[in-house]
Amino acid sequence: MSSKNERLRDEILKRSGVNPKKCMRCGKCSATCPAYDEMEYHPHQFVSMVENGDIEPLINSKGIYRCLSCFACVDRCPRGVEPAKLVEAVRLEVIRKQGANHLTADGVEAFLDGEIPQQAIVSALRKYSK
Amino acid sequence: MLRKRTKMMKVSYFPGCTLKNKAVQLDIYARKCAEALGVSLEEIENWQCCGGVFSTAKDEIATKLSSVRALKEAKEKNRPLVTVCSACHNVIKQTNHAMSTDAEFAGKVNRYMAEDTDYAGETEVMHYLEMLRDLVGFDKIKEKVVKPLTGKKIAAYYGCLLLRPNSVMKMDNPENPRIIEDLIRALGAEPVMYANRNECCGGYVIMESPSLAEKKSQAVVENAKSAGAEIITTACPLCRYNLLKNGADIPVIYFTELLAQALGLKEDTDEQ
Ligand code: SF4
Ligand code: SF4
Repeated sequence: MSSKNERLRDEILKRSGVNPKKCMRCGKCSATCPAYDEMEYHPHQFVSMVENGDIEPLINSKGIYRCLSCFACVDRCPRGVEPAKLVEAVRLEVIRKQGANHLTADGVEAFLDGEIPQQAIVSALRKYSK
Repeated sequence: MLRKRTKMMKVSYFPGCTLKNKAVQLDIYARKCAEALGVSLEEIENWQCCGGVFSTAKDEIATKLSSVRALKEAKEKNRPLVTVCSACHNVIKQTNHAMSTDAEFAGKVNRYMAEDTDYAGETEVMHYLEMLRDLVGFDKIKEKVVKPLTGKKIAAYYGCLLLRPNSVMKMDNPENPRIIEDLIRALGAEPVMYANRNECCGGYVIMESPSLAEKKSQAVVENAKSAGAEIITTACPLCRYNLLKNGADIPVIYFTELLAQALGLKEDTDEQ
């Protein structure tokens, strides 16, 4: 593993608090994930890829914005690995970079249909921008 | 014979920004019903938006301060902190859990806030539904029902935020919850059981992939309807929005509205 990848892996593991070594590769997390079809890499792959320092592909995947933060993968993992925390940690790695906001105030405007609750807007802004 | 007048219980209340705006029905009936059931909801002073979603990242500090401030105020008043919006509840409860279990994180937050006293997760965080179950009691609610919702087939929609992560939320069995069904029964209606009641509606991803939210929401509505539901009830403004936006053709109403109808505090208009 290159030292850059090693640094990135350590950072993601620290930020998430996840221990990927607990994973037994059963795939339950991915089987239950409601965003499965829209993620190039599925929850169990986040676990193994982060462990191997193979993080660049995750950073460039659209799946990090499609995770619903539903915590199904957290509750239904038999080993308490909590893959959603890795998705969150990788997404933050991206949106914390200057100019890397995935959603802007202008982008929000398209969704203002008079009914959308504030909760949706503040949540999306928190997930997609800094 | 005169019934003994019971003293009002006081709890701290965090309404949240959505309840002050698009989800006023959730808020006003929460207050009216609580009053009728002997609980006084004392609104936190100068509360700020919870942010809608909890970040599980240990190095996200600033986004959690509004929750910690509300928790701290409840602690000073020595009261539980009650929320009714599923999202606020999830954020505040997860923040509280992090403050009590992650000393490094709590240390950073306390240093950031730089106040005289530190906070370490002492406040009890309670959803309004738990308040009904654990402080008031569904039996007592049943006694107070004046207009039972007899014959109505109602599907409880939990979504994710009330139940997960279960290690923190601890409201109910996350795979087979019953708290809302028990409330529905107490109000005289018939709960409808269906598999998707604890699956996600798509949440905020409606702003990123509307088609994903559409699929998830439609699956919930179809599943509830095929089990015989005439009404869907929820505690979450975003769940309600997603279900209605994606074609729900039966009413989707807040559980506080059902409660208010049964307690005789709201007309049954079935309005949307
Ligand atoms: S939290 Fe994200 S990754 Fe985990 S099951 Fe839900 S959508 Fe999938
Ligand atoms: S459910 Fe848990 S143990 Fe199984 S693959 Fe996913 S993270 Fe690993």
